[in-house]
Amino acid sequence: MSTPIQIVPGTSSPKKPPQAKKEDAMLLQKELINRNYHELATAHETNRKVSATFVPGNLNELLMCFDFARSLPETNALQNGMRKKSGKMIMDAERDGHSEDVCTYVKADLGMMLQGPVGPTGEPLPTPDVLLLSYTGCFTFMKWFELIRQKYDCETVMLHVPYQGDGKISPNMRDYVVKQLKEKVIPTLERVSGVKFDIDRLRQYMRESAKAEEDLVWTLQSAKHKPSPIDGYFGAVYYIGPIFTAFRGMPEATEYYRVLRGEIEQRMREGKGPVTPDGEHPGEKYRLVVEGPPNWTSFREFWKMFYDEGAVVVASTYAKVGGVYDFGFRHDPEHPLESLAEYCLGCYTNLNFPQRIDMICRYLDEYQADGLLINSIKSCNSFSAGQLLILREVERRTGKPAAFIESDLVDPRYFSAANIKNRLESYFQMVRQKRGAGGGARPGLPPVVPAAH
Amino acid sequence: MNAKEIVARCERLFEDLRFGAVKDWKAAVPGRKAIGYMPIYVPREIIHAAGMLPVGIFGGGDQLEVIQGDAYYQSYICRIPRSTLELGLTGRLDVLDGMLFPSICDVIRNLSGMWQIMFKDKYVKYFDVPQNYDDAIGGEFYVHEMQQLRADLGKLAGREVTDDALRASIAVYNENRKAVRELYAYRAAEPWQAPTSELYLVLRAGCVLPPEEHTALVRAYLAAARAEERPRRDNARVVLTGSFCEQPPLSLIKSIEMSGCYVVDDDFQLIQSWLLDDVPVTGEPLEELSKAFLHRSAATSSKYDEKKEDKGKFLLKQIKERGAEGVVFAAASFCDPALLERPMLQEVLAKHKVPYTAFKYAENTGQMAPIREQAGTFADSIKLWSAA
Repeated sequence: MSTPIQIVPGTSSPKKPPQAKKEDAMLLQKELINRNYHELATAHETNRKVSATFVPGNLNELLMCFDFARSLPETNALQNGMRKKSGKMIMDAERDGHSEDVCTYVKADLGMMLQGPVGPTGEPLPTPDVLLLSYTGCFTFMKWFELIRQKYDCETVMLHVPYQGDGKISPNMRDYVVKQLKEKVIPTLERVSGVKFDIDRLRQYMRESAKAEEDLVWTLQSAKHKPSPIDGYFGAVYYIGPIFTAFRGMPEATEYYRVLRGEIEQRMREGKGPVTPDGEHPGEKYRLVVEGPPNWTSFREFWKMFYDEGAVVVASTYAKVGGVYDFGFRHDPEHPLESLAEYCLGCYTNLNFPQRIDMICRYLDEYQADGLLINSIKSCNSFSAGQLLILREVERRTGKPAAFIESDLVDPRYFSAANIKNRLESYFQMVRQKRGAGGGARPGLPPVVPAAH
Repeated sequence: MNAKEIVARCERLFEDLRFGAVKDWKAAVPGRKAIGYMPIYVPREIIHAAGMLPVGIFGGGDQLEVIQGDAYYQSYICRIPRSTLELGLTGRLDVLDGMLFPSICDVIRNLSGMWQIMFKDKYVKYFDVPQNYDDAIGGEFYVHEMQQLRADLGKLAGREVTDDALRASIAVYNENRKAVRELYAYRAAEPWQAPTSELYLVLRAGCVLPPEEHTALVRAYLAAARAEERPRRDNARVVLTGSFCEQPPLSLIKSIEMSGCYVVDDDFQLIQSWLLDDVPVTGEPLEELSKAFLHRSAATSSKYDEKKEDKGKFLLKQIKERGAEGVVFAAASFCDPALLERPMLQEVLAKHKVPYTAFKYAENTGQMAPIREQAGTFADSIKLWSAA
């Protein structure tokens, strides 16, 4: 599936883009990420075991209870995408027998491994000692870790998280996840790590998580303010980095969100918009909600197409892929395993279609957005299959214009800048026309969708 | 009826995208209901025990022009959800009172939610199955899921689905699976007598006929096929795998056979042979169905293999038991489960020195020449190797 998040400025691109403006929170995040990659690189020297797991349903607090160094393969793939390394990795994986039709995160990961045990930062990336297969909201996860296990013989433990097909979490679903945690996941992690499980240690991490989650939610919801002090998509992928990956539950993550919140409060007081890679946002003309993950191989070019036109993304579903916190869920140290189950069950791609559509409509209303943009990702059926119905339904229910663009996560062959730019320009024109016509909840103009499939 | 007549009847059922057989079944007794299910597996016993007809929906095949369905999907999504939507949007599935969407992949999973939105008057359920195979963990979850389905269908039927009704339905499906197993065993023993293009149609009839009638049909075909005198060819014996969801066109199956392959095992209609032996008709029926699923069911790529050593084990067993000489990987384009699984299975086959070939198709693939050439070359190479 598509997920993820931590972004360290690339180092290997032949044409270096201008240095992005960095604030304290960004520097803190960069330090966290670099430290994590270093911990991974030196884990086996320092007698630490290495775990790998996915972003949705990522049980970071639990893994920390066993002192694992923590790797997230989606994050590695996106890092390689940002550094323009993923194209070759994907083609290497295809030459090794993987179909051109399947997820490019998987192929970038397998291609990276084919090149040797080196991670995105150039430091060694050891083979994991355990794969925690948090099977949450994405079918491909299961095959991904089966593929890694096949190649590298890693111990794998499955945590099957049932899908919210009926739009709710039933007691049966929750009990099933808790039982797996108690009887499968925890005993396996104990055995692999040699560390005994301590539930109070888990509680302590979860207390930290809940604090960070409060500040994350505040940060993302600051976009309700006009002008929005953040970009809830391109900027949010930075903000969700620590909490969706190897840092949730650490005091350093809590501190990151405290600092981030302070910076955004300051921006709001000053009436500023989001920070972009080129500095201050030129001024908010359009407020958008975005559905779907971003493209990583041309991330800055993609973002620039928005801020050059004065567009700000005020909310995105992608910023909820590693946990939906804005409707009240917090990790609960009083009920640790049940809370972990609820967290996994509630990730965005584990929600059914009516829930996803309700959420987008709610965002359009609460964030006073002009319309919806769907970035449909070739690699990610979990997000993408059926998005054209989302587009129609959201337009029908809100009367706000919607548009549809297509790209991929980390396969540069599927990013067509000219096509996307054209479509965005048409869309902004449509938003202007709609404003002129008064808007309102009624059938909208025909959506901007691909001309042919 | 002779084999040709039986197959002709099955082909008429297969080609009828208006589901006349289901309409007839419903019309015979007022108030009857029919529930559709998509691949790979649902416990049809529960639908049957509720007095309803389980109806297999395997896309629109190569005869359906997909117009509206295409408007809902990008070019990189497989064809089965488009053609299934087309069937729904053109009223062809109005005969169904509900649809079950089993846990196959993200596309079918999402289709369940689309169905909830687009066909609001129908019963719609995403049917999750466990990926944990302990009775006390995955089994308990699965029994609850089946209990929920039983309660929902009971409500729809206006009467409780009793344990006795479930046991009776389990017995009916045991008989059906037994007949299907006999058919597969016979096809493997004498593939020239029961070609796969015929076997396939006989199985597809099971998507729309009541199980009792389908069992009789399978047995009638078996008897008729045995009575035929058909030429035996020096074909390569192959297992065909990866076609468990979107189905290849019938002409593709015929092309593989014409190219010099006897298909001696396949996964086209997994639901009919998913449970590998009889489900006990004594005891708690849902628990027995659960145990059969957890411990005695087929392997496929939508199902987790707990251990590395398990990968490919089922395929190797098929090869050994059916006396196959090679494997044809035939997967629908953009089929994540089949295409992600394929390299792992190929690695296992390579280790065991089993030759294989691979291609993709769509349910409306029209050009058979490349597939015929590829399968023909594969069959020739097997024959050359075995002669060496």
